[in-house]
Amino acid sequence: MSDAAIESRAKEGIAATGGVILDAVGKRFGTVDVLRGVSARIEPGRLTGLVGPDGAGKTTLIRMMAGLMVPTEGRITTAGFDVAAEDPGLSDHIGYMPQRFGLYEDLTVQENLALYASLRNIPAGDRRTLFDRLLDFTRLGPFTGRLAGNLSGGMKQKLGLACALMGTPDVLLLDEPGVGVDPVSRQDLWAMVQALTDDGMAVVWSTAYLDEAERCDTVLLLSEGELIFDGPPDDLTNRLSGRTYHLRGVTENRRGLLTRALDLPTVADGTIQGHAVRLVGRDGVSADALEDFASAEGADLAAVPPRFEDAFVDLLGGGPGGRSVLAERMEPVESVSDVSVSCNDLTKRFGSFTATDTVSFDVRRGEVFGLLGPNGAGKSTTFKMLCGLLKPTSGRATVTGLDLRRATSAAKTQLGYMAQKFSLYGLLNVRQNLDFFAGIYGLPGSVRHDRIEEMVETFQLGPFLDAAPGDLSLGYKQRLALACSLMHRPPVLFLDEPTSGVDPITRREFWTHINGLVGKGVTVLVTTHFMDEAEYCDRVALMYKARLIALDTPDALKRQAATEEKPDPTMEEAFIRLIEQEDANG
Amino acid sequence: MRQMLTRLRAQIVKELLSVLRDPRSRFILLGPPFIQLTVFAFAMTLEVTNIRIGVYDMDNGRWSHELVQRVAAADFVREAVPVHGNAEMTDMVSRKEVLVGLVIADDFSSTVSAGGTGTVQVIVDGRSANAGQIAYGYLNRIVAGLNADLKPTALPPSDTVAVRHWFNPNLIYRWYVLPGLAGVLTMFITLLITALSISRERELGTFDQLMVSPATPLEIIAAKTIPSVLLGSILGTMMVLAGRFVFGVPFTGSFPLLIACLSLFTLSVVGIGLAISSLCATQQQAILGTFAVGVPMVLMSGFATPVENMPDVLQWMAQAIPLTHFMTIVEGSFTKALPLSDVLASAWPMAVIALVTLTGSIVFVRARLE
Repeated sequence: MSDAAIESRAKEGIAATGGVILDAVGKRFGTVDVLRGVSARIEPGRLTGLVGPDGAGKTTLIRMMAGLMVPTEGRITTAGFDVAAEDPGLSDHIGYMPQRFGLYEDLTVQENLALYASLRNIPAGDRRTLFDRLLDFTRLGPFTGRLAGNLSGGMKQKLGLACALMGTPDVLLLDEPGVGVDPVSRQDLWAMVQALTDDGMAVVWSTAYLDEAERCDTVLLLSEGELIFDGPPDDLTNRLSGRTYHLRGVTENRRGLLTRALDLPTVADGTIQGHAVRLVGRDGVSADALEDFASAEGADLAAVPPRFEDAFVDLLGGGPGGRSVLAERMEPVESVSDVSVSCNDLTKRFGSFTATDTVSFDVRRGEVFGLLGPNGAGKSTTFKMLCGLLKPTSGRATVTGLDLRRATSAAKTQLGYMAQKFSLYGLLNVRQNLDFFAGIYGLPGSVRHDRIEEMVETFQLGPFLDAAPGDLSLGYKQRLALACSLMHRPPVLFLDEPTSGVDPITRREFWTHINGLVGKGVTVLVTTHFMDEAEYCDRVALMYKARLIALDTPDALKRQAATEEKPDPTMEEAFIRLIEQEDANG
Repeated sequence: MRQMLTRLRAQIVKELLSVLRDPRSRFILLGPPFIQLTVFAFAMTLEVTNIRIGVYDMDNGRWSHELVQRVAAADFVREAVPVHGNAEMTDMVSRKEVLVGLVIADDFSSTVSAGGTGTVQVIVDGRSANAGQIAYGYLNRIVAGLNADLKPTALPPSDTVAVRHWFNPNLIYRWYVLPGLAGVLTMFITLLITALSISRERELGTFDQLMVSPATPLEIIAAKTIPSVLLGSILGTMMVLAGRFVFGVPFTGSFPLLIACLSLFTLSVVGIGLAISSLCATQQQAILGTFAVGVPMVLMSGFATPVENMPDVLQWMAQAIPLTHFMTIVEGSFTKALPLSDVLASAWPMAVIALVTLTGSIVFVRARLE
């Protein structure tokens, strides 16, 4: 920083330390208010979580803090610089890692570091020690010669972080560093960021994962452009103490139980967690009311500590109801076989690389089956082979007894498919998309008309029929994608990362429909990164390095991973533990 | 069967909407081709006019004066610049001040007066070989004309070969360029619409959605083909009509026959577009691929230079390009009243190309499934 800049900052009475001050910040794009009246302080030496679902305004806020955008209203001071002044000195004080960090995929790790060092004007003499320190810190030392394009998602994020740390910034802005990173690598990133805050850096970590929020020192919670909470996550979570319960000992149909529980006026929110049903009572409701319900259902009620997500949903006024209009309208699925999806020694090799190695499992009719694993573990490849998009090198995959690659068109109507990116036709409007999907599944005119009307009603798509899918909010996009994949009433539903990035209310709504469909005998196969989502599954298959390393109910997997220090691990901890065990066994 | 038609209909509607729903993409489809047709129709001319010619008259006699005057008065010459000396001539040609130099030997008038044949030297700038050659041709006619005037009885009089340009008597280049241009532009639009249609779906992930649906590979290819052929043929027809009624090129052939061939032509181009599309993972690659394949196809099709002048290997390759055959048909239909037998002779190779490329595309889509 120039002497003059220090002087001017001293004059304005702003401490010359790092940190970010947000003062009634607003940002408008055209007629849309993306952010409204956000005021907060981001202190040095602390990890601040910028938390909210997609579209809440996180990226816009981070970009403004980085000086890449100017607020429409209010003022942002980053590391002592007013971002609206566009002082070139600002960039020396911040490290910014956008969602897709600008790594040069055709350069090696070492070359990427050298490039960013040059861009940051780091003298050649200092680079050796700096690189050694960064490589040591990120544990990328063994991979310096590898092309950045060939790194895993987690390693790319670490390299991105190393490049962002190049100028030893006062303020580090990380935009969704956890996206596309498996729990093991995420663990590493957390540890690294923790070390940085201990050194006095102000770190902003934006995320849509609410479980990540719990790990931050302090949290800025955004919802639809407004700051709805500012403080340590525990402060928010503790508001719910005494209101969160597990219903345990549910033997049959916990999904039906959840539906009935959500219909109670005393229940604000509920989810499935393995064998248990998690309930949040409404404010002021005593445990007795829930106790009565539990005993009537033959289940045990146990108080559990609240989670950040419970508090967030409560802040937004509670979760949606438990009824799925969609499922209620559907006739139960008739099927001859008890096994819906089956694979036997399924193997896929790409050249010398084995993506899926002799994987076998059966999915029973009416089961929710989860396929989990870190990036590159082979779950997408396996998923694609199951739904007939990829040809296995050896082994066999069948859906309702049919090999989909050879199946007739009639057999393919057995399958509903909803992909990660909600593969809708962006050039067609909502109604045209519905028309297309009804048509491609061969629904005749009258049925087509009825089904489309039904979907429009169920998912409240009426006001958006003429809009392009790209203009819909993520939640509505997801509804439309689900509507499109269910139009032909398939008995088997394939979901590829169905709820990544959507807000918890929409996620609950989505699972309400899925639970309802499963109640009618629909089989669901889902791949997911979300540990929450894994809890909804009846059984979970964990893939690692192309192989199936564990297959059991979520509760059994958690028990399997339990240790003396952690007798009751979360799904994420279980996941990490099982992978570590696998690594230890070689 | 009924289900198949429902599925096919849904896909065709989807393809057409993808191109036509958005006003901007509608303009991109219609605007540039017609702007290009207009601009190229005027820009692409091979006529040589308005040239400067350097004249080094070493003779300075009666007959050389006569020749210089005739040259200076010719239509294609804007100015005949007097040059004094070989060095100056070299200089002017290299600085492109003149396109052609005319050097008249010092014994020109005396030789001519003595009843001999006077010689002149013509220097042509090889950097503008084509225009230079044409100017040289014009000069030759002037010199021959002078010779004829001098010796009306001499045999064989060099200018008794009267050239008549059939089908385009006045050599209006627009008559020659426009029909071919309609073919070239139709090819590019069709190629682009098709190449983008599969790669767009692959880029956005909807192709997987299509693959898990009950649509068969044959249906998927048919659904990609029909809209492109429809759009390409309609645009091509509009360009042919523009050629006839806006630019006034005489149309002497059979219009229905031309439209039938146009559909066959777009069908074969769609096959090539699908082949490009199947190799590309993104729309950007598809656009680059379209130009990488399209430009050589235009150059080898006989649009700019006759196929017969190319090396044998390239001539064989040109037969695999649908545009080569359509060029013959469309140019013939405008000015030559091309008879049915000739049309059919050029039409069947396009049918073969379409059959091969479309079969290849179906195999590709099926391979993705198996």
